[in-house]
Amino acid sequence: MELAKNLQQLTERLNYIRDIFGGKHQDDINLLSSRLEEFRHNIETQANINFDEGLTTLEDLFFFMEAKLENKLTPMDNVRIVRHPQRICLRDILENVYDNYTEIGGQDEHTNDPAVLIARAYITRKRGKKSYNQSVMVIGHEKGHGEEFRNGGSAKPWGNAKALHYMHVAEIEGIPIHSYIFTPGGDPVEDYPGAGQQIAKNIYKMAGLSVPVVALFSEGGSGGAEALSLADKRLMLSHGYYSVISPEGAAAIEGRLKRGERASAELIENCAANLKLTAKDNLSFGYIDQVLQEPTLGARPYHFDFFRTIRQEIIRATDEIVLNTKGFSLFRINQLRRLRDTETNLDDTYINWHLPKSLRSDLVENRQNKFLRMSKGSFINRQSMLGALSDAWTEQWREVYNRLVYDFFHRYRRTYTNFLEEATAEWETIKTRAKKPFKSAYNKVRRIDTTAQQELTSLSKWDRADERGGWNWVSTRAKEDKSVTCPNAKTHGCLDLWTPDLYNEFAGVCTTCGHHFSMEYQWLMYNCFDVNSLYEFNSEWEAGNPLDFPTLDQRIKDAQEKTGLKSGCITFEARIDNIKNVVAVLVAPFRGGSVGAAEGAKLISAIDRARRKRYPLIIYSHGTAGIRIQEGTHGVIQMPRVTIAIRRYIRAGGLYLVVYDTHSFGGPVASFLGCAHYQFAIRSSNLGFAGPTVIKNTTGIDVAPDHHNCYKALSRGHIHGVWDRRDIRMNVKQALLTMGGRNLYYR
Amino acid sequence: MLNISSILEEIKKTPYTDLSVRAPHTGTLVFTDINEGDSVNSSSGQWQEIPGTKIATITREKNPKPILATQKGFLQKLHMKYNNSFVEAGVEIAVLRHFLSKQEVVHILLQKALHLFNAPERAKYYFAPDIDKKLKISGHKNITVTDGMDLFIVSRMKREIPLAYHGPEGLIYEVYFEQNQNVDAGKPLIGICPPDQLSIIEDVISRVYHEWQEQE
Repeated sequence: MELAKNLQQLTERLNYIRDIFGGKHQDDINLLSSRLEEFRHNIETQANINFDEGLTTLEDLFFFMEAKLENKLTPMDNVRIVRHPQRICLRDILENVYDNYTEIGGQDEHTNDPAVLIARAYITRKRGKKSYNQSVMVIGHEKGHGEEFRNGGSAKPWGNAKALHYMHVAEIEGIPIHSYIFTPGGDPVEDYPGAGQQIAKNIYKMAGLSVPVVALFSEGGSGGAEALSLADKRLMLSHGYYSVISPEGAAAIEGRLKRGERASAELIENCAANLKLTAKDNLSFGYIDQVLQEPTLGARPYHFDFFRTIRQEIIRATDEIVLNTKGFSLFRINQLRRLRDTETNLDDTYINWHLPKSLRSDLVENRQNKFLRMSKGSFINRQSMLGALSDAWTEQWREVYNRLVYDFFHRYRRTYTNFLEEATAEWETIKTRAKKPFKSAYNKVRRIDTTAQQELTSLSKWDRADERGGWNWVSTRAKEDKSVTCPNAKTHGCLDLWTPDLYNEFAGVCTTCGHHFSMEYQWLMYNCFDVNSLYEFNSEWEAGNPLDFPTLDQRIKDAQEKTGLKSGCITFEARIDNIKNVVAVLVAPFRGGSVGAAEGAKLISAIDRARRKRYPLIIYSHGTAGIRIQEGTHGVIQMPRVTIAIRRYIRAGGLYLVVYDTHSFGGPVASFLGCAHYQFAIRSSNLGFAGPTVIKNTTGIDVAPDHHNCYKALSRGHIHGVWDRRDIRMNVKQALLTMGGRNLYYR
Repeated sequence: MLNISSILEEIKKTPYTDLSVRAPHTGTLVFTDINEGDSVNSSSGQWQEIPGTKIATITREKNPKPILATQKGFLQKLHMKYNNSFVEAGVEIAVLRHFLSKQEVVHILLQKALHLFNAPERAKYYFAPDIDKKLKISGHKNITVTDGMDLFIVSRMKREIPLAYHGPEGLIYEVYFEQNQNVDAGKPLIGICPPDQLSIIEDVISRVYHEWQEQE
C-alpha cells in the first residue's frame, strides 16, 4: 500500500516536470520515465522482494534531476509553474499557515465570484505561557487546483468589489490584511461598474487603508494583481511572476497577431524573458521587498516546511510594518533586531498588531511614500542640473507661499469677508424696502428701453465669428480637398462630408448623426483653453527603455519623430476664462497613448503641482491603449503610483476631472483615470478595461461592436456624462464652477 | 382556389433571385480581384459586424467607398466595362444570384397562400387574454378566427385598446410578431389559412423541408 502511494507520488512529480517544461529537456524526462516504468514493471513481475532500496534510489534520482532542472528554469517555465494545478493555492495557505480560519463572503462555488476568497483567520503566538490569537483579514485569489468554476483566479468586477468591502471591514475592526495574489489578470467583463472601474476603486481605497497590509505574490498578472496588492510589504514566491501582461498576450501584440491566431512557443518564450517578470527581476527593480525561496521546481501542497516559511515571513512582515509605524524607541529597536534574525521563531514572540488611531495616518503616509519613490530612474530626464535645482527651489517656495496665502492669510480674510458679506446683505435688504414706494412710482413714468425690448422679442443674430469655423486650432486635414463617409451612414443615412468643412467648422462632428470623428489632441488643447494661456512643464522628461526590450528604442524614436514629443504625456498649465488649471494629456499617436515610467512620473509631477498650487486638475485622455507592455513592471507600477498621487490630491481638497476621447483602455482606466470622482467622455469615444480582441482571447466571449461605447459606460455608471466636442470649453468651465474641491484657489 | 403546388413548381424552375448591384452614387468604379461566377457572402456575425464580400470600390471626391455583397450567392454577371471608369448613380454594375434557402421558399409560399392580417399602426401587439390562453394550451394552429372577432390588444404608450380581426374565416397558421416587441405599421401579424387548405399547405411545406436542395 505504502509502495503504491510512493509510486503514485513519483508519477505525479514526473507529470509535473513534463508539464512545466513544455516539451523541453526530453532526455532527462525520458530517463526518469523509463526508470519509473522499469521499477513499476519489477514490482508487478517479481513478488516477495523488498523494494525499499530500489525506491530510495529512484527517489534520489528524482531529487537529483529536479535539482538539475531547477537551474535550467526559464521565465516561461516559471509561468507554467504558477499556472499548474499542483501549485499551492490560497486554501492550502489558509489550512497550513493560519491556526484557524472561517471563509466569509461565500463558500466554494456558492459566492458571487469564486475567484476571490475572503477569510477571517488568526495566528496564535506565545509570550511565555500566555498565548495570543492575532486576527487578520485574508483576501486573495483562489485558483483551486484546476477547479473550473474558479475561473483561474481571474476576478470579476463584483469579486473585486467583495474584496473592497472586506477591506472596509478590516479597517473598521483595525486588523491587518494579508493579501494573496494568485491571478493571471482581471476578468475583462464590462458589467457594473466595469472591470477597470472596480480595480481603480480598489487601488484608490488601498492607497489610504489605515491598517497594515502585506501582499504575497505567486502569480501577479497586471491590473487584476494591482487590485489587491497595494501593500506596505510586498513579498513574492521565488517561482512566481509579476508582470504587466501574460507572455502570450505580449507575444500576440509583438507578433501583431489577429483574432484567433496563436503565437509560436519561441516568441512566447522570448517575450517572457524580455518582460523580466521573475521574482529576482522584480526584487532588483524594487517593486517587491522580499523573495521567499520555494522548494525545488516550485511549492506544491505537500511541501509542509514551506508553509512554515510563509507563516514566519508573513508574521515578520506584519510585525515590521507595525513597529516601523510606531516609531523607534530602544525597546522597539531591540524587537526589530530580533525580528530580522531569521533563526528566531516568531511564534514564540508577540507584537501587538493593533495601531492606535493617531498612528494610522503615518502608516498610510509611509505606504504612499514608498510607492512614490519607486521607478524613479526608469525614464530619461534631460533636464539640466540648473533647471532641476530651479524647479526644486520653485516648488519649495510655492509650498511656503501657499501656506502663507491659503492657510494663514485667507483663513483670516475669509472670517472678515464672511462678516462683511452678511452686513452688506442686511444693509441691501433695508435699502430695498426703503426704496420700494419710490421705485414703483419711477417705473410707471420711465421710458421703455426699445433696444432691450427688441433683443427680447426678435430672433438671435447669427453673425458671431465662431459660427463659421472660428476655432483657435484647425486640423491640417481641413486643407485636403476630399470627402469622407460617416461610419453611421448605412443606418442613419448620413451624407458624405467634405473634409474642409468637417475638420474645420464642424469640429469633426457629422452633421447628420452627430458621430464624432477622432481629432488631433491639439484641437482640445487650443480650443478648450484660453488663447496663449498654455505653459508646458517637464517637456524634457523622455520615455525610455528600462528593460532593454528589443526594438523598443527604435520604436520610441519613431514615435518621437512622428509626434515631435518626448513622451506620450504632455503636462501644462492653462486657463479657462482665467481659471488656472493643471492639465495632463495622454497622446494617442505616441505609442497608442500607452503609459510607461516617464508618463507616470510626468503625471505624478503634474498632480503634485496642482496640489501645491491648489489648481483644478484635468486629465484628458486623447487615447490610451493601456500600460506600455515593453516596460514590464516599470509600467504596471505606475497604476498604484499615480493613483496614490491622485488620492493625495483629492484628499487635499482638489478637483480632479477626467475627459475621455477616442479609445481609452487598460491600466490607466483601471487606476488613475477610473478612480476620478468626475469622469466625462467625448461623444463616440470608447472606454473599458480590455478591448474586444483581448476579451475574445481571454474569455472566448464575442462582444457587440458597441460594447465599449461611451453611452454604455454612462449606463454602467462608469462616467457621468457624454459631451459634444464643440461644447467642451463650456462644459469644462461648468464643471470647474460646480464640482468638487474645497481647497481650490478660486473658491 | 390557390394552387400551392403549382407555386412550388414555379419556384423550383427558378430557385434563385437575381439581385442587381447598383452604383450608390456617381464616382470612379474599380472592381476588386473578383470574377464572374465567384461566390460571395453577405454580412455575418452575431451583430452583422463582419462585412460582406467586397465587389468593387467607388471613389467620389477622393473618398473610396466599398460596394459589398448584400446576399450570399455568386456573381452571375459583372459589368467589367465599367472598371476604372466613371459611372452614374444607379447604374447596374453586377448581378448577384442568390439561391433560395428552405426558409425563404416556405416564406414565399406562405406569403402567397395565407391571408395576412397586418398591423394597422406601429405598436406592441398581444393576443386577447382568452385567445392567449387557448393558444398556450392547444397551439395557434388549432385556433379558428372569424371576421369581427376581438383577437388582439394593441399597446401603445402604456394605453391598451382591443383590435378586431377582419378577413376570411380560418386557422392561425403563422404568428409573425413577438410579445413586447414593436411591430411597424403594415407588417403582418398573423397568417390565416382556410381550414380546407391546411393539409395541402402542410404537405407542401413538409415537401420543401424534405426535398429542397439548397445550392451554394
